[in-house]
Amino acid sequence: MKTPVEHSNKRKLFEFNGGIHPEENKWQSTQEGIQQTSLPPKFVLPLQQHVGAPAKALVSVGEHVLRGQLLAEADGVVSVNIHAPSSGTITDISDHPVAHPSGLSSMCIVLCPDGKDESVERVSHEDYLNLSADQTRQIIRAAGIAGLGGAGFPTDIKLHPANVKNISTLVINGIECEPYITADDMLMREHADEILRGVEIMARLLESEHCILAIEDNKPEACAALNVALTERQQAKSAQLHEIELAVIPTKYPSGGEKQLIYVLTGQEVPSGGIPADIGVVCQNVGTARAVYRAVRYGESFTSRITTLTGEQMQQPCNVEVRIGTPINWLIEQYGYSPSQPERLIMGGPMMGFSITDSSMPVVKTTNCILAPALNELPLNEQAQACIRCGLCTEACPADLLPQQLYWFSRSNELDKAEQHNLFDCIECGACAYVCPSSIPLVQYYRHTKGEIKQQRLDLEKSDRARIRFEARQERLERETAEKEAKRKARAEAAAKLQAEKKAQAESASNNTNSPAQTNDSKTAAKSAVEAALARKNVQTTDSAPAELSAEALKSQLEKTQAKLDKMLDALEEAKQNNLDQVAKLQRAVEKNQLRVNQAKQSHEQAIKREQASASQPAPSAAENSQQAPVDIDQLERSLEKAKSKLETMRSAFEDAEQDNTDQKEKLARAVDKNVIRVAAAQNALDEAMQNTQSETP
Amino acid sequence: MSLILSAIAALLGLALAFGALLGFAAIRFKVEGNPIVDQIDSLLPQTQCGQCGHPGCRPYAEGIASGEDINKCPPGGEATIQALADLLDVEPMSLDAEHGTEKAKQVAIIREDECIGCTKCIQACPVDAILGAAKHMHTVIESECTGCDLCVEPCPVDCIDMVEVDQGLSGWTWSAPQSTIIATDRKLAS
Repeated sequence: MKTPVEHSNKRKLFEFNGGIHPEENKWQSTQEGIQQTSLPPKFVLPLQQHVGAPAKALVSVGEHVLRGQLLAEADGVVSVNIHAPSSGTITDISDHPVAHPSGLSSMCIVLCPDGKDESVERVSHEDYLNLSADQTRQIIRAAGIAGLGGAGFPTDIKLHPANVKNISTLVINGIECEPYITADDMLMREHADEILRGVEIMARLLESEHCILAIEDNKPEACAALNVALTERQQAKSAQLHEIELAVIPTKYPSGGEKQLIYVLTGQEVPSGGIPADIGVVCQNVGTARAVYRAVRYGESFTSRITTLTGEQMQQPCNVEVRIGTPINWLIEQYGYSPSQPERLIMGGPMMGFSITDSSMPVVKTTNCILAPALNELPLNEQAQACIRCGLCTEACPADLLPQQLYWFSRSNELDKAEQHNLFDCIECGACAYVCPSSIPLVQYYRHTKGEIKQQRLDLEKSDRARIRFEARQERLERETAEKEAKRKARAEAAAKLQAEKKAQAESASNNTNSPAQTNDSKTAAKSAVEAALARKNVQTTDSAPAELSAEALKSQLEKTQAKLDKMLDALEEAKQNNLDQVAKLQRAVEKNQLRVNQAKQSHEQAIKREQASASQPAPSAAENSQQAPVDIDQLERSLEKAKSKLETMRSAFEDAEQDNTDQKEKLARAVDKNVIRVAAAQNALDEAMQNTQSETP
Repeated sequence: MSLILSAIAALLGLALAFGALLGFAAIRFKVEGNPIVDQIDSLLPQTQCGQCGHPGCRPYAEGIASGEDINKCPPGGEATIQALADLLDVEPMSLDAEHGTEKAKQVAIIREDECIGCTKCIQACPVDAILGAAKHMHTVIESECTGCDLCVEPCPVDCIDMVEVDQGLSGWTWSAPQSTIIATDRKLAS
């Protein structure tokens, strides 16, 4: 074992509670330097390799692309661009298994490299430190850099916090506390200078006072390399460079956790449910720092990363610089993976990684390690025993939670209690499960419960929205019915008023005819009133009034029946188009109705005649009647026109039927005949009416 | 004697004072409607599907508040029954199969090229999640659809499908660990 480096820090360090010291197993993969991989036969690029919304594919199948060409564009703010890792042809855009604990498939772009590895033209910036902050951020965003530490949060967002003025500290995370993983270690050994330059760019963007590069004391080589690079930079230091402080901290798992590292370095705790920016800290990974430098200085988009290949089943454990999208099975075969035992692969470390169900899934932006352990090296989860309430998990928890309580609440599905016990502050580091003597898969319980709570929140949100929409709809329907009711009432009132007015008019008209003589004779108002009443009675008993009334009633009846007939005819036509069975029935109904209309017309005409006859006797009311007569003639004319137009439509329908269907022909022919008769009758009625009025008017 | 009288007078005075206070509070702080109905309503899934026999979730909440069974909501399933039982402090019962069975979450999809634009589904949708106009194609706003399937029946051309919601990666959550069985039981099982 190596001797830890001296802690020669200027900074006072704090120690968080809990934490564990698992076997490190880092030496296996640090025997050789970073290897360059050749081009795989194909690349599989998932559209979602990061936190946030999946990217939107910009290319189509068959298209030829160059290395660094944009394949998929960030969709929204929290999303990341995806670039071609090599030149070649797009062969497929479809669902493939992706690096996700679910083992589910997701949309991927498949790229077959042509072997030439041609790149798009890159825009390099010699004087990258003189670029404006916005330009730099745009370059970083365009390069598609997502945090390389684990979660894959879009880097440009982290470098553009809402309260940028309050950011006092930039922490660069080179801890890499998880066993087996050495990707950051090797990166710091070999590319210390590029990391420091990247840190400078980020520190300038954030305008932070302090800039701390933290590293664990189990990485003396990386530490030395960083020290060399730092002194070199200090010698060449110009006034505008930020001072970078190297902090060596004691090795303990999980001091690489963002919140834990911030506590170790500053003694400040990130508030529950908050982000480090809330206390003025931004945390970035060393790999991210290098990617930022490469993007800003050389215009390189993010298409490759350093990944550790290790485990006893790997004959040649090492770190490789691998292009994003390289299939894992191809990659591990290049470095002597021989599955003597049943295939077992873990993406990430033994503490926080997840098993890969399908080894054809690709390396993504967050893949820091591929672990192929032997069975005796990393035993499969033993059968969980009952919790003995030993409390070791509580001592190991780096987030100061009560893992045992959370376990009971998760088991009994008491989601609200689990939430009250700050389940969401759990960083899922696995320290509790590591120390558990009953080998209870605690983290899986917590992950499940977190998922349940999130699902419950989503459901609640959705049901609330549904309730609001339902209530709004109910309200709208009620309002509509109320409006309809109000309209109906208004119409009824208006009709009643109209009727009352007409009545009053009729009364006043009859009063006018009778009263002049009488009022002249009368001496007292009372007498005249009595006589007016009597006269009214007289008017009512005379023939003219009932005739007028019944004529009006008949008119409305006639209109009604005609409307019904129209409706029926419409229905008949529709039925003709659709259904032959109904046609006959409808036709009969139409005939009946036509009869009714005719009857109504006749009685109407009779009424009018009666009226006219009675009107010819009293001289003053003749004027009124002569006014009435043209109205009736108009009506008759209109009905005649209607009948004629109907006849025409029937004839055209008949012609259509003749061409199409012989069954209908007869029926239609009959209908047309009948209608012809009807038109003739209407014509007669009209003529008669005309004669009547003509005989009257002179 | 005067002692007893004064005691009675004091008690009477106190009773009157507190009675007046209570009477005032009953009027001043009167709660509109039944608050338990709101609580029950917030536990129901708000699909407004009517499978319980009520025209919506709130009427069923009112029904439960007046003593109806709590097992008539298939979309809510066992989880809702459990929550209702906890709230009302009654025994949880199994879902009444008469009202339907618990199904996976669904969403209505209109096969748009077959839609004739009759607006019947729009009138049936309890949450206004269908968009369209007479003689124009209709479509379902999937994010607002509660999966109540009330729109399926009125469609004259049967162009509405109920499809299970596939949430993909973003909707995936970890499953619970397998329940633990003790060593002797495991031996017996194998």
